[in-house]
Amino acid sequence: MSTLLDINNVSKQFTMGGLLSRKLVNAVEGASFSLSVEKPEIFTIIGESGSGKTTLARMILGLELPSNGTISFRGKTVSAKVSRAERLEFMANVQPVFQNPFEAFNPLKRIDRYLESTARRFLKLRDRSELDRAMDGALQKVGLSLAEVKGRYPHEMSGGQLQRAAIARALIPSPPLLIADEPVSMVDASLRMSIVNLLKSLRDDLKVSVIYITHDLATAYYISNRIIIMQRGRIVEMGDARTVLDNPEHPYSRLLKASVLSTEDAGDGKLATDREMVSRANGLVGVAGRLVDRPDGRSVRVYEGAS
Amino acid sequence: MFAVFRDLIRYNLEFTIGLILVGFVVIFAALSFFSPVDPTLIYMTIPDQPPSGQYWFGTNSRGQDLFWQLSAAFKNSLIFGITVAVLSRIISIAVGLLSGYAGGWVDRVLMFINDIFVAVPIFPILVLFYFVLRNSLDSFTLALIMACFGWPFDARLIRSVALGLKHREFTRHAVFAGMSTSKVLLEEHLPYVMPIVFATFMNNMLWSIGLEVTMAVLGFTNLNNPTIGTVLYWANSHSAMMVGVWWWILIPVVLIVITFIGLFLLAMSMNEYIDPRSRLRRMGA
Amino acid sequence: MANEILTVDGLKAYYQMNYYGVQREVRAVDDITMSIKRNEVYGIAGESSSGKTSFIKVLAAAMRPPFRVVAGSVKYDFKGHPIDVATASDKQIEAVRWKHLSYIMQGSMSVLNPVRRIGKTFEDFAAKPLGLSGDAFKQRVIGHLDRLKLSPDVLRAYPHELSGGMRQRVTIGLATVCHPEFIIADEPTTALDVVVQKEVLSLIRDIQKEMGASVVFVTHDMSVHANVADRVGIIYAGRLVEEGPTREMFFAPKHPYTAHLVASLPRIGDTAQRPALEGRPPSLASPPAGCRFHPRCPLAVDKCKTEVPPMETVGKDHRTACWRWKDVEPLVAPHASHGVMV
Repeated sequence: MSTLLDINNVSKQFTMGGLLSRKLVNAVEGASFSLSVEKPEIFTIIGESGSGKTTLARMILGLELPSNGTISFRGKTVSAKVSRAERLEFMANVQPVFQNPFEAFNPLKRIDRYLESTARRFLKLRDRSELDRAMDGALQKVGLSLAEVKGRYPHEMSGGQLQRAAIARALIPSPPLLIADEPVSMVDASLRMSIVNLLKSLRDDLKVSVIYITHDLATAYYISNRIIIMQRGRIVEMGDARTVLDNPEHPYSRLLKASVLSTEDAGDGKLATDREMVSRANGLVGVAGRLVDRPDGRSVRVYEGAS
Repeated sequence: MFAVFRDLIRYNLEFTIGLILVGFVVIFAALSFFSPVDPTLIYMTIPDQPPSGQYWFGTNSRGQDLFWQLSAAFKNSLIFGITVAVLSRIISIAVGLLSGYAGGWVDRVLMFINDIFVAVPIFPILVLFYFVLRNSLDSFTLALIMACFGWPFDARLIRSVALGLKHREFTRHAVFAGMSTSKVLLEEHLPYVMPIVFATFMNNMLWSIGLEVTMAVLGFTNLNNPTIGTVLYWANSHSAMMVGVWWWILIPVVLIVITFIGLFLLAMSMNEYIDPRSRLRRMGA
Repeated sequence: MANEILTVDGLKAYYQMNYYGVQREVRAVDDITMSIKRNEVYGIAGESSSGKTSFIKVLAAAMRPPFRVVAGSVKYDFKGHPIDVATASDKQIEAVRWKHLSYIMQGSMSVLNPVRRIGKTFEDFAAKPLGLSGDAFKQRVIGHLDRLKLSPDVLRAYPHELSGGMRQRVTIGLATVCHPEFIIADEPTTALDVVVQKEVLSLIRDIQKEMGASVVFVTHDMSVHANVADRVGIIYAGRLVEEGPTREMFFAPKHPYTAHLVASLPRIGDTAQRPALEGRPPSLASPPAGCRFHPRCPLAVDKCKTEVPPMETVGKDHRTACWRWKDVEPLVAPHASHGVMV
């Protein structure tokens, strides 16, 4: 098995505050995991705001450098501070999908511009008909066509269509890895499922691995192979999505699951939160602990003395 | 673009008035291309004639027909203003966009230079240039020097917009679509700052023409080249008011006021068109 | 006294714009008739640009040009203050605002003045409607904060010193301190994390029960409606397409759009393929003729393309606007498969 992406003990610190009250904030602490080339999967990073999930995604894309540890893609360390050629080579392999489809395209510019630039730059195509074929091919994969997109401005399309077009753009260089940061949180309810199903089919049909970053446990359960749950920069539980979410072990994972609004009892108004559960989970913030492997394949952070 | 123009004329009184005033001055200045006399020559007609059917604007004490003299002067001054505005816009766009997008040390260095230009007093520097260059200080050289001082405020303004654009998702999207930095700046970000560029263009023209008038009236420019400022300089040096040649002062002053009000109204109404809040207010009620 | 606190009748509210010479009309609210009972939580669901936000603006009497009511009435039956906000003057609306009619907004930061302490903000909002001042006012506010499980210390804090959840609780406090009879909550938990969201929702629910107020709860998130609303109304392209008791809406929807909204919610413990609804919500500037959902509707027949379906009563408190409501099947079973609960 060869590794596609390897995250090895990665940490990131930010300096907050001004000259007088400088303090270090640990956005990500000691994150490690890896994806393999042979087995495409949807790898989900779950966390609330401030959990460090977006910082981790930015580091994987090379937009931030880790303070400690290394991120390597196919054995090469990821960084934006490399030659333009190397950076383009990396971008041809790892492509992002952004959160807000209405912001992903410049509102003053046509959508196909981004697709064309991608095809020109990464596929080194020059010929008009070849460019069109590459763009159409990618759009077909997401259920659109070049005829629908060509010459259109972002405001002429729905959020769902825009997000598909953005994913199609990312697919043009046939990257083995997509980083999708909350790709459905801004998409309307009736269109959301089509995007989630699309990510699923990318994995199953096109063998693309997806790092899916979300706060939504329900869609994570629906599409992921493996998940990690992050609390304030630390991975607290990691493993097979079904195993972890069916029966979470870490107190914070349990709290997250218990906070998911269920539709089973629609209309009954059951909303009580277990106070003890909240304080137990919050009590673990800032305690180092260590990740321990369990027999069922998951890893859970345990704390000496406590637990 | 044409539709916007038509709507502006129809619904924005300031714009219409501004356009009429500036249009009037531009046509007047353009007439100088058909001038029967060389405006730099003196004693071509009878001096000190009041406005009449033959000499619409009268003649001055140097024997020049003021109509053709002022026409050439306004042409030169407008070209001068446009040159300064275009050149300084180019500098401010380049500095502002790059500074905002690149950030880090590029931003710090550029903004340091920017702040020096903000702080340096421009008038003494222009006078210094005049003493060094003397008669080789022609209109274009003066425009170049003033363009070098006319950009820093607007560069800061453009930078603040660029800073916001840098963090928009479409910028990152463009980067991952393989676009180069210059492509991102010129094609993704430039359209967003063009409104600022247009609005500040007029303001910059007002500033540069005004400064040129000041310089010329004090005699710190090439006085043989007719401009609004040099016309006033000669009027002053011949004590036009004292000897009763009032039209030599009054007519250019009225024309300058028309030009300035026109440009000001255009700048203001463009600003308003660009700012959606005031546009809503206008439509409201 | 009638059981209904709010009666909306044939409400049409349009954005009429004269955009530098181009006339545009956006029919954001197009013929909505509904009512809300006393002591009820009514959930309004709809996608972005479905007109739900515009509808709420009318209910909250916060219309601003170019948005105006074109037809219909919005009658509140407040104790001693019946009012039709569609036609009332600013002064009449001012008299009922906060005391009878109040709202909880989405972004807590936009309500709380960042440079004023929370206590000052309470005074700005509530001192006049309550008619109290000094210590009496302070006691009243502290007593109210206690109910929201907030300590009196927050009155001395600035908004930025509080966490997102605390701030949202403070805005709920502001909206409820005058004991209004009617509260409009516009996406009050959308920006919050899941754990905090649940706390805030249960708080809104508790305070509503305690005060006996009516709440209109607006959110696009159906799972929130499932947990807070007594009845849910679905707005699509400016029209109310279905309303009914929450449980029936989830397990026996009578409009294909509702059925799809409910079915597209994934659940933990269930990995069955979820259907996706194709197409896109129509533009309110040029909505399709007939039933506005017909271009995306799997059940659409020719009649749907030309004739607007009327609101029909299909059960107790349950109404739907669909020609084929009898053929609408729920796409999820009530007890498909429960996840293993911990």
